[in-house]
Order: sequence, then structure tokens, then C-alpha cells
Amino acid sequence: MLRSISRAWVPAFAAMALALAGASAALAGPYPGVGRSATPAEIAAWDIDVRPDFKGLPPGSGSVTQGRKVWDDKCASCHGTFGESNEVFTPLVGGTTAEDLRTGRVKSLVSADVARTTMMKLSSISTLWDYVRRAMPWNAPKSLSTDEVYAAVAYLLNLGDIVADDFVLSDANIAEVQARLPNRNGMTRDHGMWDVRGKPDVANVACMKDCAVEVNVSSIFPESAKGAFGDIAQQNRGVGATRSGRGDKAAPALAVAKASSMDDVASRGGCLACHSIDKRVVGPAFKDVAAKYRGEPGSEAKLVEKVLNGGGGAWGSIPMPPNPALAESDAHALVRWVLGL
Amino acid sequence: MKPSRAAGRLTPAPENFLDAGQIAAVQAGRREFLRGAFLAAAAAIAAPEAEAATQAGDPAILELPEHSRGLGQPVVARGYGLPSQFEKNLQRRESPGLTRVGAASVSFAPLQGLFGIITPSGLHFERHHQGWWDIDPSRHRLMVMGMVRQAKVYTMDDLMRLPAVSRMHFIECGANTAMEWGNVSVPTVQYTHGMLSCCEFTGVKLATLLDDCGFDRRNGRFVLAEGADGSSLTRTLSMERALDDGMVAWAMNGEMLRPENGYPLRLVAPGIQGVSWVKWLRRIEVGDQPWGTKDEVVHYVDLMPDGTLRQYTSIQECKSVITSPSGGQFLLDKGFYNVTGLAWSGRGRVKRVDVSADGGRNWRTARIESPVLPKCLTRFNIDWVWDGGPAILQSRAIDETGYVQPKISQLRAVRGKRSIYHNNAIQSWKVAESGEVSNAQVY
Repeated sequence: MLRSISRAWVPAFAAMALALAGASAALAGPYPGVGRSATPAEIAAWDIDVRPDFKGLPPGSGSVTQGRKVWDDKCASCHGTFGESNEVFTPLVGGTTAEDLRTGRVKSLVSADVARTTMMKLSSISTLWDYVRRAMPWNAPKSLSTDEVYAAVAYLLNLGDIVADDFVLSDANIAEVQARLPNRNGMTRDHGMWDVRGKPDVANVACMKDCAVEVNVSSIFPESAKGAFGDIAQQNRGVGATRSGRGDKAAPALAVAKASSMDDVASRGGCLACHSIDKRVVGPAFKDVAAKYRGEPGSEAKLVEKVLNGGGGAWGSIPMPPNPALAESDAHALVRWVLGL
Repeated sequence: MKPSRAAGRLTPAPENFLDAGQIAAVQAGRREFLRGAFLAAAAAIAAPEAEAATQAGDPAILELPEHSRGLGQPVVARGYGLPSQFEKNLQRRESPGLTRVGAASVSFAPLQGLFGIITPSGLHFERHHQGWWDIDPSRHRLMVMGMVRQAKVYTMDDLMRLPAVSRMHFIECGANTAMEWGNVSVPTVQYTHGMLSCCEFTGVKLATLLDDCGFDRRNGRFVLAEGADGSSLTRTLSMERALDDGMVAWAMNGEMLRPENGYPLRLVAPGIQGVSWVKWLRRIEVGDQPWGTKDEVVHYVDLMPDGTLRQYTSIQECKSVITSPSGGQFLLDKGFYNVTGLAWSGRGRVKRVDVSADGGRNWRTARIESPVLPKCLTRFNIDWVWDGGPAILQSRAIDETGYVQPKISQLRAVRGKRSIYHNNAIQSWKVAESGEVSNAQVY
């Protein structure tokens, strides 16, 4: 209801808010003078949730074709052109079959060797719609229009072979999509871990003496993996019963690398969604960029231009998106920092 | 005149500063290089025996240190105090390879070095879904709406005028110990159990706010909590949990929440997995059905062997772990040790903790330290004398419902190996004759 109120009404609500704020002291309640009533415009601005019964779903529509464009512009750099990418996030589609569409249960979920995709687990289409609207794109959440959300969801459904290429998803037909969702019947709430008094599904007994257990070490932390977690000896205190490590030379305090303030700027600017300092993520590692351009005349200006206005081609097929929100001075500082890595 | 070394301390023995070749050299009587090798090491620890033999005692006693002979720093040298410079080894850490994006990742609390039950605010584990923010509290708002008589907006000023409560509770991520469903994959208790923290929270009961808005007692069976960050993370809470002990908190351990933990406002959902403790809380909605959000349908679902996904597995069942000695540490001497650890239950109080040193054949009941509070960490301690032989240390907690913490084999028999969440199995630490403590599974 509320969400169908047109934008023209918003100023009227702002005036109403003032009136309501003035009246709030008169609100009946156990804590007089605390809080005020929410205005309809305020509720409409924040009440963005969509439930499995489609309560909260705004009217609108979007086609698979429109969705492909939204996808290429705003989603593909992280999720891959076909939602299949396993680079930044786990794959969104794959692992479902035409048979699953019929049964409503994704068969591959029982296979240990099939990586779980979003589409394999999804039991309610509202979940996908709600999440895309509230949290996507990754570095600009809530920036998609209602129709763009419909379109992006339609495109994902098409990638999952749930709707045809010419499909147009809308509030009017979304229930039909729900009835085709491959894992719509694949979930349960029949367990004891929702109710605090629920019945546990395992029952150990507290044997105290000569318990009949076979003590076989079935698995132990592998010697070969030890290096992967850094120097474990330096992850314990240097005194006391919790010191660690053979050859632990008085447990020197860990030299904690000081995060540079540029790290912060890169993080705030959203750069780290696609880049990291020393490994390729979606885009190249900053250190690789430095190695390629350092010392090249005019490289700073060239890279600042790319950072601000986007570019493509230098590191593969995924283009660098423009960053209009970044101050030019920050862009210069970032580039100088990257080139110095 | 040699300083005596109490048997059983985790004191680094001299041979542990030396490689095999150097030990052979000592045994052959070539000791001249020892002085140099020990000079660095001796700075912070008791003098090794070889050195002490030439002295009247421990230089840490005999040679008065600078701090006994000079003037120390004045008050307010640091307006907000910091840990000692010698405590830098204890840090929150990411588990390498676990996640790919830092803004949707987790850092683990260093349980191996913590005492008692309260987690220092700066070492509280982190889990962010789309990065963290430091939000201006004067611009933060909480809205309570949905099936209520009067939808309301509260400022921080408003909330902090309401009747406040202070409660100590643990928070554990539903995915804590997730990497251990199939086999051992991480080395230390920081990575096996470090998505666990426990603090004193101060705030207003959720029931107070729901009452203030006149919620629909007949049909309002669920509550949605929503964050103000980019992810605007949403989770459904049953009305029963919300009214029982749900809290909207602004303070943690006597200070305001840290930004990484939701400053200025977060939901506290005692006993329920951490994802429900919505940070940067902006909205509470009352409804008559669960919301089926992303973190209820696609994530935080437990995959059963038949392919069914369990949704809304919220309660963190009874669990415990020995924090010392634990994986990655070394016992260098035979003798006495205080075995210590943590126990907790999302269904209430911890009633008892038993400890085994022989892989679960024989158990002794540990001492439980007070306070013992519902849905709060409980510290246990037990004496143990290591005879130098191989040992397997385990702890097993029992909560006030009578539930006994299960073995991994019992969990796997019901849930398989791929359910990711809610692994509350008994943890085993294998002690080798060398004194090395390793993460192991024995059931």
C-alpha cells in the first residue's frame, strides 16, 4: 500500500512529520516524551523488505533483455557474465536441471562434489528480489530502480533456465516463477534449533570411567599446511602457560604491519572490492599495476584518468568502472601510492 | 645457585633455542657460541642454566631494571589506554583462504590468550557482510513498525532515556568450527573456535520498545531486525525470543559499542547465532510470518545428507573447548598444568564440564568459575599432571537441560559432513611426546 504512494506526496509528508513530531508528546504509551510517531514517508523509505508471500513487493517489471544490460553494467564484473564466476563470490547459477524444476528439489545438493550455487539453494524467489534491491550492487547498494531489480532477477532466472529468453518478470507473474523454482520444496523447518526448548537431534551420554570409545586419530592438522596460517608461535603471548613454539626465541612481539592511510582511501573508494595489493581479484594486483607502469612517462596522469573515468583492455576483458565519487586529489594520491608499491 | 625450573611450566628449555647442530656442539663441549645465542633470548626470560652457572642469580633480579631506577610516565600519557607493547601477538586474525573479500569476511578472536569470560572489546571477533562503518550517533535512528498500534522513530537520545538493562552474553557465529565438519583443517583454537566472544551489553529490552509501540500480541509472531549498513542485513526473530531476552544495545563492556560491533546500536539475541545480532540496527518490524531473507534461505542453512536444507537453525547448542593447552602450543616439561577453557549453551546455563586426557575413555569434572550465567561463557579449570607420554585432551559440557555436548561422529551420523553450520562437537587436542599440541579428531 504505502509503496504505491507517488513521489509527489513526499513534501506533504515532510510537513506532516513536523506536525507529528509536535504531537508526539501526546502519544499514549508507557514512556511519555520518548520517541515520536514515524511518518508514512519515513516508513516507505525504510520498509523495503519483501516476504515469501510477496508482502512488500512493489509493482513493476523487467525483461530478461533489460536484465542482461543491467547485468553487464553493474553485476558481471564480480559475478561473471553468466553468473558463473567463482572469482569474487561463489557462483549464482548452475547445478540445477529441468527435472529439478518439475520436482522442486535440487538433486545435486546430495552430491559431495557439486559446489552449491545460489540457485540450487533458493526456495523463495522473494529472497533473491529482496536481496538484490537492498544490497546490490556490491559497492552501490540500493541504487537500482525497481524495474532494474525485476530485470536483473529475470536475467538470473533465465541463466538458471527457469524462464525463457523473452520473459518479462513482474509483480503479476512472480508467483508463477515461484512455482517453477528448482529448490522450492527443498527446505525444512522441522528441527529443534529454532525453539529454545526444541528437541536436539543428537544425544551424547556423559560416561565418566572406562568408556567404550575407540581412540583413533582419524584426522590431524597436516604438517604441510602449517605455513599457511603464518608463524603460530607469534600468535601466542610471550609469557605464561600459553606461549607456543619449539625454537620460540622468547616469543618476540609480532611486528604488526601498520596499515597505511592510503589503504583506507582505497577501501573507502571501493577499490578493494575488485583489487588487492598483491593478488589479482577481479582487477589486477596493485603491485602488478605498479610493475607495469612505474617509471613510464605520464603514467600517473594516465592512471588517474582511468581511475576517475574508467577504462578497459589493459588487463583482460573486464573493464575498470568509472569512479565519479572519488575526489581528483584522492585519485592522484591513490595512483602515486599504487605506483610506489 | 642455579635458578630452579619448576617442572611443568611452559618454559622454553635451552635446547629449544638451538638447532640440532648446535645441540650436538654443546654435547661435544663447544659452548663458546652459547653466550651470543643466549644474549638475545635472555633479555625477556629467566637466565638459562648455562648462563646462570656463572652468576649469583637471575639478572632480572640482580640487575635492577630501568623501571626501578627512573621516573615513569605521567597520567593521561594515553587518554584512552592501550594494551602493553608486549601483547601484540594477540590479534584478531582472518583465516587464510576462508573468504575472498575483506568486506564480507570474518576475523577470529585469539581465544588461546584470553582469560575469564569477558572478551576485550578490541579483540571481539568480527563478521561483516558488506563492510563496517563508524556511524554518527546523532544521525542514527531506530524505527519500530509493522503490526504495531503506533509506528515510532527513536533517536539515540530517546533510547538512552528508556529503562536500561545490563546483561552478559556470549555471541557465536553459526559457522564457528565450520571448517572441521569433514576433517581437521585449521591449526589453533583461534581458527577452530574464534568466532566466539562474550561481553556485558547495556541497552533496552526489545520487549520495552515493542510495548511502547503497542505491538499486536495476537498476530505479531515474528520480528524482523534490519541493519543500516549497505547490506541492510535482515534476520527474523521469533516473538517469543524477542520478548524473552532480546535487547537493543548501545554499550559493550562499559563503553559504547565498537564500530566493528555495530556502533551505535545493535540487536542482542542471547543464545542465537551471531548473524541475528543485527549491527547498526535501524529497523524493527513486527509481522505474522518469517521473512525468508538471504541469510535465512541461501546462507545460514544447514545441508542435510538427503539434500534438504534446514532453515532457521538459530539456537547455538551446548559446546565447550579447552583454550590452553591447545593447538600450536608446546609442553616443554613433564609436570603440572592448569587445563582451562570455555563452555556455553544457547539454551541456558552450563551445568558441568568434564575433561579427559586420554581421548575420552576417562573423564574428570572440572572446576567451574563464577559467574555461571544463562547464555554466557563459563570458564572452567582443572589440574593435570603430564607424564610426558602421548595424551589427547578433550572437554565436554553439559547444560541445564541435560544435553551433553556431542562427538563429531554423532553429529555426522545425523547431519553428514556438509552442513557447515552449528558444529558443536567435542574438540580434541593431541599432545605428542615431543610436547607439541595439535588439532586432531579421534571419534
